[in-house]
Parts: sequence; C-alpha cells; structure tokens
Amino acid sequence: MTHRITVRVNGVLETAQVDPRRSLLAFLRDDLDLTGAKEGCNEGECGACVVLVDGKPINSCLMLAVEADGREITTIEGLARDGVLHPLQRAFLRHHALQCGFCTPGMILTAAGLLAENPDPTEDEVRRALSGNLCRCTGYRQILDAVREAAAELRGAAGKEFVR
Amino acid sequence: MSGRAARWVGTDVPRVDGLEKVTGAARYTADLKFPRMLHAAVVRSPHPHALVRDVRLEAAARVPGVRAVAAGRDFPFHVGIYLKDQTVFATDRVRYVGDPVAAVAAETPEAAREAAARVEVEYEPLRPVFDVAEGLAPDAPLVHPELGRYECVPWITPRAGTNVCNHLKVRKGDYEAALRRCAHAIEHRFSVPQVQHVPLEPHVSVARMDGAGKLEVWTSAQSPFTVRHLLCACFRMPHGDVRVVVPHVGGGFGGKAGINLEPIAAALAMKARGRWVRVMVDRSEEFYAVVVRQGLEARLVTGVDRDGKVLAQKLQYLWNCGGYGGYGVNVVRAAGYTCGGAYEFPNVWGDSIGVYTNRPVGSAYRGFGMQEIHWALEQQMTMVALELGLDPVEFRLRNCLGPGKSTVTGQVLDEHAGRVDRCIRKVAEELGWGDGRREPYRGRGLACAVKAPAMPNDAASSVVLKFCEDGMLEVLISGIDYGQGLRTVAAQFAAEALDLPFDQVRVRGLPDTDLSPYDWQTVASRQTWATGNAVLRAAESCKQQLLAMAARAFDAPAARLRLADGRVLDPETGRSLPLARLAMGYQFDDGHAIGGPVAAAAGFVPEGLIFLDPETSQSPKPVAKWTFGCQGVELRVDPETGRFTVERIVGCYDVGKVVHPALIRGQTYGGMVQGLGTGVMEELLLDRATGRIRNASLTDYKIPTAEDVPSRLEAHFVETPQADGPLGARGIGEHTMIPTPAAIADALYDACGVRITSLPITAEKVLAALRAKAEDEPAP
Repeated sequence: MTHRITVRVNGVLETAQVDPRRSLLAFLRDDLDLTGAKEGCNEGECGACVVLVDGKPINSCLMLAVEADGREITTIEGLARDGVLHPLQRAFLRHHALQCGFCTPGMILTAAGLLAENPDPTEDEVRRALSGNLCRCTGYRQILDAVREAAAELRGAAGKEFVR
Repeated sequence: MSGRAARWVGTDVPRVDGLEKVTGAARYTADLKFPRMLHAAVVRSPHPHALVRDVRLEAAARVPGVRAVAAGRDFPFHVGIYLKDQTVFATDRVRYVGDPVAAVAAETPEAAREAAARVEVEYEPLRPVFDVAEGLAPDAPLVHPELGRYECVPWITPRAGTNVCNHLKVRKGDYEAALRRCAHAIEHRFSVPQVQHVPLEPHVSVARMDGAGKLEVWTSAQSPFTVRHLLCACFRMPHGDVRVVVPHVGGGFGGKAGINLEPIAAALAMKARGRWVRVMVDRSEEFYAVVVRQGLEARLVTGVDRDGKVLAQKLQYLWNCGGYGGYGVNVVRAAGYTCGGAYEFPNVWGDSIGVYTNRPVGSAYRGFGMQEIHWALEQQMTMVALELGLDPVEFRLRNCLGPGKSTVTGQVLDEHAGRVDRCIRKVAEELGWGDGRREPYRGRGLACAVKAPAMPNDAASSVVLKFCEDGMLEVLISGIDYGQGLRTVAAQFAAEALDLPFDQVRVRGLPDTDLSPYDWQTVASRQTWATGNAVLRAAESCKQQLLAMAARAFDAPAARLRLADGRVLDPETGRSLPLARLAMGYQFDDGHAIGGPVAAAAGFVPEGLIFLDPETSQSPKPVAKWTFGCQGVELRVDPETGRFTVERIVGCYDVGKVVHPALIRGQTYGGMVQGLGTGVMEELLLDRATGRIRNASLTDYKIPTAEDVPSRLEAHFVETPQADGPLGARGIGEHTMIPTPAAIADALYDACGVRITSLPITAEKVLAALRAKAEDEPAP
C-alpha cells in the first residue's frame, strides 16, 4: 500500500505515491533525482543527508517521506536564488571550506538552519550546531570561518534576499 | 616560464570543482541512475577463521526477483595489488568476520538481502589468531597455508609455512658493536590498534557486462587504471575489454586505493549479463568488511653516546595485517625503509614484519604506516632525551636528517631533500619552546614526520592537453581529485606554463579508462608532483605548436614570440593573436590554412630509483622524494577526570613550493584533525570470543566533530625546492596527520608526567596513569 503525498520541494509542488517505509532521503534521491543529499550512514549520525524541512535542518534518512506531506523542503539544489549563490555557498567557496564535497550540502544546509535562528552565532555556537555533520577531510577550520563570514554577510544588506 | 614571476602558482585561485560541490551538482557513484539496475547483497563470514565445507545457493536463487547468485567456485581467481592472496569470494577458508563468501543481485535491495540470508554456508570453525604475538607463535594456526604458492611482486618476501606475509630487514653499519660503545641503551614499546578510514562516502561499485562481452565498472575508487589492471588479471580479460569510470569520490584516505568491491560487482555482472549491478556497503560493513588500517606493535632500542648522539638504533615493527595482505605488505615495506624516521642513525638493525591474523583486512591509510611508526619513534626520541637530561628539541636537532646526512638505507640526502631542522625550529619557536613558561596541567610537545611515496619505482602519470575552438584549454588527467585539490593544481600549472587566464582552463578530472590518459594511482602524495610534471611537459609541447604556427602567421622567427595572457605576442611588432585563432590551426586572409588542432600528451615517471638490497635494504635512492615536517601541540589536562583538551596544533612542512596556500592549509588542518582522531578517540574494538568488531557504527566509533577541533590550528611552510618537482613542489597530503598523536603524547607528559604508549590516548588511560603515578609518589 502506498500513500499520496504533496510536498513543496525547492519551491515546486510535487505529488507522489510513496511506500510508507520510504525515507525522505530515498524519496528525494531516487524519485526526484535530487542527489545533493547524501547517504553516509542511514542512521542519523553523519549529517550528509540534511535538508531543510520548513526551514529546519533534518536528517532526511531518519524522516519518512509520508511525514513530509504538506511541508516545504529545501535541498542544496534549491538554495541558490535565480542563479545567485546563497551567501553560505559563496563563503564556502571563498574559504575553500570543502574538499571531497560529500558532506558539503548537509553542512551548508545545517548552517543555513542555524543562521535563520541565530543570525550572529559565536564560534562555539557554530561548532555546536555543526556537531552532527561529520567531515573527514577539512578539519572543520575553514568551514567555521566560512559560516561566520556568511552570517555577517546575511546580516548586512547583501544577504537580505536570502533571509526568509 | 623562465624569468617571469609566477602568476597562478602560489595564489589562491578558485577551486575548479567548487561550484559543482556547493550546489549539489557534483555526482558521486551512488548518485548515478543506471537503467534497470540490480541491487547486490554480500554474504559474509560470521567466523574469524573457518573452513568452508559447502556453499548452497539454490534457496537464494529461488527468491523472487533474484537475477544472479555468485560464489567462490565460479570465480577461483586471485586478486591483490602486490601479493595475490585473496579470491573474489572465499573458496575453502574464511579469514575474518566479514570475508565475502557469496553475493546475490536482485531487482530490489530487499530481495537481495532476503536471498543473501538464504545462502547456506557450512563452516568448520578453526582456532583464530588475533594478535601478532599469537600469529608468530610456533604453533600458530596458519591463516594462509597456501602462502608459498601466491604470486607477488619481487620486492615482497612472504615466508611460506608461517603467518609472515612480508619481512623487510634494514641492516646499516654494525648495530651490535655500536651499541656496546654507547653510554646508554634505552628500550621502550608502543602499540597502535586497527582503525578505519571513515570516508563520508562508503564504498560503492556498479558494473555491467554487455552482450559483446565488455565489462564496464563505475566505482568510488582512487585508481581507475589499477582497478582495470587488477580486474583484467583476476578475470583473465584483455585491458581493452574493461572500462572503469570514476565519478566524484567522497573521500578515500587510502581505503579506496587498489581494488575493493569491484571484483564482486564484476562477478555478479558476469552472471547477470546485460544488467547493471550495484554493490554498496552500508556504514557498518564499511567499518569491518572492506579495509582498515593495520595495527602495530613496536619495540625500539636506542644507544646514545655521552654527547647525546644516537650511535645505534634497533627498530622492530610488527604489523597486524588482518586476513589478507595484498596491499598491506607494502605498508610493511615502507615502514621498513623509513624505519628511522627523520633521523640519521649510523648503525641500524630494523625489522618490519607483516603478520596475518583473523582480523579485518589492513590496507593503505593516509600516511601509509608512517603515523604508526612515528607514534613509536618520536616518543622514543623524547623519552631518550629526557632520560639523559637533554632537551627534546635540541636532541632532535642533533640527530635529524638533512643535506649530507644518510638515511637508514644509506641514501645520502642532497640539498634538494628538504629541511626537517628548519621545521623543528619553526614549530619550537611558535610553541615558545624554552621560554620557561610552566602552568600546572598544561603542556607542550612536538614530533617530526617524514614520508616518501611508497610505490613501484616506475609508477607513472600522464595527461592530455587539448584546445577548444574558442581557445579554451582542456586538461585531461586521471589522478583523482577527491578533495585535495588536484584538478585545481593541474589547472594552475597549465595556466602558468601557457600564460592563460585561469578561467580559460578546464580540467577534466573524472577519469574514464576508455578515454583518459594513464595514471597509476592517486596515492602516496604523488599527484601534485607527478601529474604536475606531466602537465608542464605537455604544456611545453602545446606552446611550441602555437609559437610555430604564429611564426608562420606573422612571418617572424618563433624564438621571438611569446605567450601572453591568452594570446601569442610578437613583442617587436606588437602584433598578437588570440589563441582562438590558432587553436584549430591558422587560416590566412586568402583562405589557406596551416597547422592543425593544438594538443599534446606527456607522461612522467620518477627516474633513478634503485631497488633495495634484499638482505640489508641499502640503496642509494630507494624512493623518489622525502617530505619532512614537524607538529607541535599545546594542551591542558583535568587531573580529576583525565580528560584533556588539545588547544593548539601548529605544523611546519617543507613542501618545496606552496602551489595553492588555501588548499595546502586545508590539507594541513584536515590531517591534523584526522591525526587528532586516531590520537585520542579511534580504535576498532574486537570481541575476542567471536572475532567481531564491537563498534562498527558511527554511534560507537567516534571521529572528530566540529566541537573537537582545537581552537588554534596553524600551518607554516618551508620551501626548499624539490629538484624534480613541478616548480619545486613535493607531496604533502598524507604527512599532515603523521606526527599529531606523538606530539599529543609528549604534550601530555609535559603537562602531567604520564606517558601513554598505546593509541588512542583516552581520558580513561590518562586517569589510570595519573592514579598509578600518585600511588608511586610519596605524598608531599
């Protein structure tokens, strides 16, 4: 038996029949081909699958697709607006805050969730917010710098269009 | 480039793969959709050591949706990069918990898992060996009774009839005689557990054999050509009938070097002709079933004269290789010929011995044995210094390698070899070494690092450069950029050599063995150096083609012309042409054309490398290059709990040339934090009763998070040009995690007087040592 769900994904209304056991991650990756969210552990420990659900960062491997019915989802593919990169994406590029890139989508979306709640986080607050997103390559240093610089940009005029 | 200041090399150009990675556009193997792809499940041994009496596949084959079932009897072929000691599936014996015995491919993952559960395997359990001491015991059960019959490269020496899969001996000078002349002989032992790479992307391979018999494999791997070569050797296929493609790779750290899941995917693809089959391990299998880092037991004896000069050094490294040593035997070898680390020891007795056990399979891991041996040797140097009342920094400077000094293999270093003394001095200065500052339960320590590329002497790289119609340059490489920045660095070298605007270069770095130039492997911190050299050579050839055509176009001597910012310029007349006018050949105003599309291929192989002597390992040049460095640590300890906080890590490496400052800082910070992980938290825990790994999940096996990162990470560099390096550059990728654990241990000793000699350095060990120390010392 499948369930009919309606979800707004990156601004587009998607209607689908899904198996009740299907994770949101599998739905996004396999049904919608939004593969920016990665499967790193399937147990909510690595954060590579994080997407924004109603603006909050969620491990999509631990959420069922049916639970997303009626919600608004943003994946990494939908973060840029009209071809303009989000200040976090730009800051990650400027600071070389990525290497293999596998954790990057989840890292950026978790940071986006943080900055929506707390526009001016301390470094410790950024560390705490990102502690569920594992990165094996960068040592996190350049990521922490990128997030705080993006926060400053979002607080300024240039970031207004991205504040929801 | 002669005479002109570097324009791109040495600057923070944008990462060429950045945009696709921050937008989710970058596709990794598991992101790709293959039509009607089958899903695989692997049947793995639940026993650490057992004979396989029977494998029955009939019930599995009857599960609805199953399309292929494969087991060892169908594929009795051996595979392994240096020692061919493994079959695609275990045939008559399983050697670790997780050893593949069979696999199934089905229409859904659920059907595959159900079918795998119905494969019936009859085992006859045998006594396992888990530790090197057990493995070396005279009555030890043999993990590989067939060891003497395996094929291997000539520079690996397995001992048939034992569990020794490789033994490298270093004999330099006269150790025994020198030791007798020493005022002091100091012995210590150290140990390192097995750990796992934990790339964020688990291993995954997808394969299909088409109706014409061509095998195609898309895989998360570090070395597409080596995967192809080893698949061909395994399945007795010509290289032209196998195609390997590597999309973006989500971290490897050595775990995706050589060959891993690809033979299983290929075997299933051969059974389900025409269908794509995906083999993907879950996070738990990633921990125990693919590859891990070897464990180490080290025993060091140091003989020192009255002036604080080491005269005699004995080093015994016993490696816990796990169930197979196909790749790990070369870790054993590298640790042997590097056994003396960054020091000059005139008399050396070194043994590096690989021992099969019934643990997970040891393989390459960032540092390739060097972090493990430096854990032992660097602490030993500090302990010897302190026991003799010498300053550990001064003691290191007195004994370290440098130009004119000789390594354990008798290689005399020249002025291009890099300067560890400068790295030590820089780190000591940054730490404020010798400033007399002492605060209770705060400590400082430092440790050195050295590593050479561990690879066959003829390991090669090649590239293709070709121009597009609009004058844009495409660079084809087959080194894998899994984040270290190779594609960006290749673009820098190409733009530099041809004086192109940086955005006029595109690096095609997702290699396809059908289309891309040959590259041995992306390992050994060799790519910036090897691919960089090949890019410079190919660029020179393109440059000559462009200048020759322009000379005819301008009717001017080619020697007078030069490339300038995407144009060919005649400085005397001021005439110039954009490369777009020359890229496909040049056409004169009357219509006649000359030349043709500009393109070049070039390769690189290190020259002058000489095999080690089989009995003594002496060689004037056993490896292509050495990269030296040093790291310092500052930390504080809570004496009530044993918990300690690493507050600062400062590193200095002699990289020859900083090609990209931000990328090299990223490599350094990343290595430091990975080193912190193996230093203070990581260990695969084995249940001796069952042979299973007890912490095979990210819940139970912790790696550093953003909260664990020291508040200060600092990277410094020395630039002693490498003679055969592109613009002087040498490798750095692995070196950044080598000295971290030893530096932490030294800082801990400095802080509270306890010495931890077994990794990881946990709060529990520190607290126990603090209590033991308090009991030993009378109350004040």
